[in-house]
Amino acid sequence: MPALVLPTDDVSLDDVTRSASALRRFLAGLPGVDQVGVEKRAAALATRSIKRDAKLFALDLAIRMTDLTTLEGADTPGRVQSLCAKAQRPDPADATVPAVAAVCVYPDRVGIAREALEGTSVRIASVATAFPSGRAPMSAKIADTQFALDEGADEIDMVIDRGAFLSGDYGRVFDEIRAIVERCADTDGRRTPDGRAHLKVILETGELATYDNVRRASWLALIAGADVIKTSTGKVAPAATLPVTLVMLEAVRDFAALTGQMRGVKAAGGIRTAKDAIRYLVVVHETAGGGWLDPEWFRFGASSLLNDVLMQRAKQTHGVYWTADRIPID
Amino acid sequence: MATRLQVPKTYKLAIGGAFPRSESGRTFDVVDADGSFVANASKASRKDVRDAVVAARSAQPGWSGATAYNRGQVLYRVAELLDGRREQFADEIVRLTGVPRRSARTQVTSAIDMWVWYAGWSDKFAQVSGAANPVAGPYFNISVPEPTGVVAVIAPQDDALAGLVAAIAPVIVSGNTVVVVPNTRWPLPAITLAEVLATSDVPGGVVNVLTGDVEELTPVLAGHLDVNAIDLGGVADRDTTDWETAAAENVKRVVRTPPTQDADGPARILAFCETKTVWHPKGW
Amino acid sequence: MTDPLLGAGTETTVPDVLTPTWEYAPAPEARDLVTIRSRSGLFIDGAFHDAADGGTFATISPATEEHLADVALAGDADVDRAVAAARRAFASWSRLPGRERGKYLFRIARLLQERAREFAVLESLDNGKPIRETRDVDVPTAAAHFFYHAGWADKLAWAGLGSHPRPLGVAGQVIPWNFPLLMLAWKVAPALACGNTVVLKPAETTPLTALLFADICQQADLPPGVVNILTGAGETGATLVGHEGIDKVAFTGSTAVGKQIQRRLAGTGRRLTLELGGKAANIVFEDAAMDQAIEGIVDGIFFNQGHVCCAGSRLIVQESVHDLVVDKLTRRLATLRLGDPLDKNTDIGAINSRAQLDRITELADAGEAEGAERWELDCPVPDHGFWFRPTVFTGVSPASRIAQEEIFGPVLSVMTFRTPDEAVAKANNTPYGLSAGIWTEKGSRILAMADRLRAGVVWANTFNRFDPTSPFGGYKESGFGREGGRHGLAAYLTTKAA
Repeated sequence: MPALVLPTDDVSLDDVTRSASALRRFLAGLPGVDQVGVEKRAAALATRSIKRDAKLFALDLAIRMTDLTTLEGADTPGRVQSLCAKAQRPDPADATVPAVAAVCVYPDRVGIAREALEGTSVRIASVATAFPSGRAPMSAKIADTQFALDEGADEIDMVIDRGAFLSGDYGRVFDEIRAIVERCADTDGRRTPDGRAHLKVILETGELATYDNVRRASWLALIAGADVIKTSTGKVAPAATLPVTLVMLEAVRDFAALTGQMRGVKAAGGIRTAKDAIRYLVVVHETAGGGWLDPEWFRFGASSLLNDVLMQRAKQTHGVYWTADRIPID
Repeated sequence: MATRLQVPKTYKLAIGGAFPRSESGRTFDVVDADGSFVANASKASRKDVRDAVVAARSAQPGWSGATAYNRGQVLYRVAELLDGRREQFADEIVRLTGVPRRSARTQVTSAIDMWVWYAGWSDKFAQVSGAANPVAGPYFNISVPEPTGVVAVIAPQDDALAGLVAAIAPVIVSGNTVVVVPNTRWPLPAITLAEVLATSDVPGGVVNVLTGDVEELTPVLAGHLDVNAIDLGGVADRDTTDWETAAAENVKRVVRTPPTQDADGPARILAFCETKTVWHPKGW
Repeated sequence: MTDPLLGAGTETTVPDVLTPTWEYAPAPEARDLVTIRSRSGLFIDGAFHDAADGGTFATISPATEEHLADVALAGDADVDRAVAAARRAFASWSRLPGRERGKYLFRIARLLQERAREFAVLESLDNGKPIRETRDVDVPTAAAHFFYHAGWADKLAWAGLGSHPRPLGVAGQVIPWNFPLLMLAWKVAPALACGNTVVLKPAETTPLTALLFADICQQADLPPGVVNILTGAGETGATLVGHEGIDKVAFTGSTAVGKQIQRRLAGTGRRLTLELGGKAANIVFEDAAMDQAIEGIVDGIFFNQGHVCCAGSRLIVQESVHDLVVDKLTRRLATLRLGDPLDKNTDIGAINSRAQLDRITELADAGEAEGAERWELDCPVPDHGFWFRPTVFTGVSPASRIAQEEIFGPVLSVMTFRTPDEAVAKANNTPYGLSAGIWTEKGSRILAMADRLRAGVVWANTFNRFDPTSPFGGYKESGFGREGGRHGLAAYLTTKAA
């Protein structure tokens, strides 16, 4: 059913979600992804040479798109507080550096982050649904999510049940996402454009293994109501890759063409350098389009990326190569 | 003018891109043609064999996954670097074996040309030995050679370098990885060669060198179930029945002919390859 | 539209995806990597010489019309001299052991790799093609070609062409302007590996990288006379291919000139290979991996401004997905960047010459006049130089000129089919037969299509792939003989006893 991604086509997603078998037929009917072709395209885009003003624009945009992340068993209140400080003022020595999009923490650290980020534009994202494996009963996943929402999370980063997906039980994955979508819909006063908590759905593409699966999982999450589809937890290798992100950007592009609805993509894990980040932005620009070059529609999930971007930004402004010694650690 | 004291080299094993001593802590004396001490060589043990096979196995997918063009470039790079160290190898050969310098240089030249020769085969042996088979039916059918996997090589025991290169180059060019036991008496050029390989673009683990006693190490390799083939050509002049018998346990490919230093086509490469035949229907 | 599933509104407006919100700053490759001699001679017998009659001609940058250099215009006397030099060199070159001949080719391969960026910049300047392509395709592939053939020099007995194949003698080689260095490599590398010597004439509009290659021959200490390079015009080429002193002619270029050469050599018994024009069909089935098929279509016709003999200039799409493909394709084309060939972000460079631009313009206008619907990229075009916007014609009738004639430019003609048989019939409905493309996720269909397509190269789920190991060449009026791979050696060897 390749015609499904035609903007002019009259496809009702209502029909698609009427039954598990209809959903399965829809996903199985999506056009395939040729591995060699998509990797070649991503590699070609990675050779774009971004200089001067275009680079400065990209570096600031990358900062504004960053979900500054700490997801460790060792996360203390102090660690989260220092991350929040960094999120608001990534470089205390340079007030022109914008704030990041969000901090991303475990649910039990949302409260600390909320206090620390009171009155700022920086959102609080919380992983949920038994992150990172997703192997917990649905009741626990919902409770996990509800706790994060009650603590004040603006965004929820849920994981899908990859076991269910790989065994072909798309209906189960869909239902789980819908359950979380509903929890998010039932919120207000969040620091999002519509006040409702937004949902990012983590596909964990490193476990899905094929681009065909990435495409199907992307559409599944989009149909189920994800605001953003996200590559990875960062706990599984490979995490985000350029071609995987490209396939997901094709999905949001085609979904927008089909439904008129904008959805976002978050590339998370493994993006450590400014050079990497700029390559992702080129892929966003030339795959989905310039409209997606906005923190609402593209994010980086990263921890060490920010400092490298700050280094490169300093080099662009000061004209000499910078040292990590002058970038405050978080 | 005060005489300068030489700084002699320590010779170790080569496993997985590193140069460890034998886990056993053993060494043996390497002596020159007159019987004088030259160096202590590491005397590899069965546990070193185990480690070397693990290293070879883990390097194998990456090496065989590289393009043939890339493997050819890497082998050619080995020739380039070897060419720059002619005299060092000639020195070692002269000192150990006592042959005239001219003959040692000839041997080094032969080794260099052997790398160039096999570098050129990397993207050709499949073209020469592969085939589109005209089966009687609506099928596409091709046969292609693929590397067999991890290969144990017992290097020729009658020279120090050229035979060693003639043994390992045809094995690795197709994408196999090797564990090689060099000449027992004259092991030093093998370790120096491993240093050349490590500074060329040969990935760690593709060539693992275990200096030591052929009699001790060969049976361990012959019996190792994660070794796919064994080249006994270097010891073809002795009775290898026991080792061949041990090799049968996992149906190892056993090669008994000594590696030739003449340009004799891709036969030696193919001796360490499998043939894979692929069928696919043709139709709307 | 509100998400029917959500109830809660996530209504948003999809932005105009084509709005440029991020302008890439100019990223020019450093031009000072190359030094262009204001005046270049002919490379004969290992040294540079002026033309015997002192004739020269100018070569310009097609992107700016800037004068780059005056190069010698070889006349009859120069051809005689070069052929004689090649003949002299043949005696010793052909007797050199293959292993040593191979080492010269390995050296050349390495020198090309070492000076790759210099070649890339010079090629972009003289030809007008983007630096991204010269840097990532032309030059590395040329080096790979020498590397591959270097290895053959001492292995010819195993090439399946008899146990004692021998070289032919002196090869006269004439190459086109679309891939100047790469076509040189395709010609020179196998000829030398097999023990022949060559006299090569690069195209009139793109002589500079061939002359830089001559420099490399000197650096490699290649014996004088093994490679001779004669810059010149069509006349020079005609003299060369008709010269009594050569044993073999290899020509890449237009079908019209190829036919003239074949006639000229009739009755001489001299060996000939021709790599001529094409009008390749790129066939897209409805089950194709569509996003990658779109990339393949773009690569197929807009790579190198469509100056590619095997370009996928006829897109034959299954009717059920015609609109989808055209829609996706034009959206994708909107991201193409046309402009300065030396800018690292340029996708579409300049048309190689005014004459070629005129021809493309004329054919495109004919397409419109014949009733096809014309779409072209909405982009600014530089004031100077030769430029043509990427163009797509839909509703093309199979009988129209843009469906039949080789345009050799960035112009795609789209047609449809209903059944595989119809696709095959349309694809084969051309005097040409160089290449074809198939896009489908069904393997057996690929193989069945490949069986029926009358083309020398069939790409499935990819397009415009070239590799030194892979034979390239055409059926029908696209020429005969193969270049590359084991099969390509046959053009430069004989099994006849001496």
